Amino acid sequence: MDTLLQVLLDGILNGMLYALVAVGLCLIWGVMDVINFAHGEYVMIAMYVTYWLGFLANVDPLISMFAGGLFIFILGALTYRLIIKYTIGKPPLSALLATFGLAMLLKNLCLNQFTPNFRILSDTWLGDKTFQLGALIVPLPQLVTAIVALVVVGLTYYMVRSTRFGWAVQATAMDKEAAELMGINTERIYLLVFGIGGATVGLAGGIMPTYLAVHPEVGTMFSLIAFICVAMGGFGSIPGALVAAILIGVVEALGGYYIAPVFKYVAVFGLYLAVVFLRPKGIFGW
Amino acid sequence: MPDPILSLLDVHAGYDGVPVVFGVSLEVMPGELVAVVGANGAGKSTTMRAIAGLNNPLQGTIRFEGRDISRLRAHQTLALGISYVPEGRRLFAKLSVEENLSLGAYTEKSAAEIKRRLDEMLELFPILRDRARQTAETLSGGEQQMLAIARGLMSRPKLLMLDEMSLGLMPTLVEKMMETIVAINRRGVTVLLVEQMVQEALEIAHRGYVLQTGRVVHTGSAQELLDSEEIRRAYMGM
Repeated sequence: MDTLLQVLLDGILNGMLYALVAVGLCLIWGVMDVINFAHGEYVMIAMYVTYWLGFLANVDPLISMFAGGLFIFILGALTYRLIIKYTIGKPPLSALLATFGLAMLLKNLCLNQFTPNFRILSDTWLGDKTFQLGALIVPLPQLVTAIVALVVVGLTYYMVRSTRFGWAVQATAMDKEAAELMGINTERIYLLVFGIGGATVGLAGGIMPTYLAVHPEVGTMFSLIAFICVAMGGFGSIPGALVAAILIGVVEALGGYYIAPVFKYVAVFGLYLAVVFLRPKGIFGW
Repeated sequence: MPDPILSLLDVHAGYDGVPVVFGVSLEVMPGELVAVVGANGAGKSTTMRAIAGLNNPLQGTIRFEGRDISRLRAHQTLALGISYVPEGRRLFAKLSVEENLSLGAYTEKSAAEIKRRLDEMLELFPILRDRARQTAETLSGGEQQMLAIARGLMSRPKLLMLDEMSLGLMPTLVEKMMETIVAINRRGVTVLLVEQMVQEALEIAHRGYVLQTGRVVHTGSAQELLDSEEIRRAYMGM
């Protein structure tokens, strides 16, 4: 029983990290109907930002994750201004291929500059600290990441649902022309949504080097899992992405422990297929 | 004689470079209620979209309070004081009545002022007060139309453009809608009304323009147009 609880805890904590990665994608996808294939590479870039700040200037990821968030906010806004803007109103494949190209560019730039080597930050504040909770061992870095995820997902949801800016974002998603008629500069909304979506994934990537190695391929699996979270939760639904991310984390942990580590993604994608078969629009889709 | 608040000079407009409106010229004076009438496909909505900045004209000039607005986008024309309530209402279905109204005053930054305008609209359209927390999609057709007009008024426009307000409404509701439009105009808002229901529109308007296949074919005071044998036969089935 203790083992099961431990596996569940690990799964939930991992799921919260996935939620943090997915929330930005969910926002961008929900508002702009754009699939950002470079989302995983945003994670990777933010990880390098934090890593190098830690390595060169001794800044702990708990602080430098904000620099990661800011960096990816700017990268996201630039992605919109220089690439996505020109694909709006075109067939969806153009945005998809354009961001795929960006993902390749970012990945290969990092390969070229930083080599494929795995890089690990040592002596971080959280390091590999754990604490005991009854029979459970709680890893502190993952717990802090989960708390950051809850705060960021909660704030993003609050922003979308309860602020005038959020209503403008929803209005733009529902009917761009009608939003323009309200005096909403939809170009600016798109720019900010891409920036904010980037910032949330930047925070996720920023905190990860506390306990994960950095390398140019690190974003690929996060990208794929983020897509599944958003599709499974219901496109544009932030609570949906959160629930889906936790489910994925739990199924991954259970599959990895009780079947075999190599089969954990089989369990995850099996769950995804089952959900889209039963509810094609996702758990919270409308 | 005052300068027109809105003037169109030889405006050609359309979609994807293909014109459907050919050389439309019209003027609206401050405080007027002007009707643009015509059959389906006459180019009325295309003309309104060009004024609002949703489709910039392919040719010609649109002036608002003397300023050339031909190349402005919709959010910029709203900031100048033009509010366009498009055909089909185009409400934000998943947002509440209150949120829809609040978005109507998006350019206003003062929360107190937005609240004041909200109260004013709920007073002008009391039915919306009971529905304030409901999502727009749950309202009836008539209520949705009221909400669309109220949302259009939230920006305190100098010119309110209403496109096919009567579409899909029962005759009694159309009558009520027309009364509401007159009341809004009496409050000092200039109104440009686009309608397929020619008689109902001209009965409340000061002046009118009749559009046919993208061109202005008749213009004059509303009474002159109502009295015109040709218009009565062509558009009112008399």
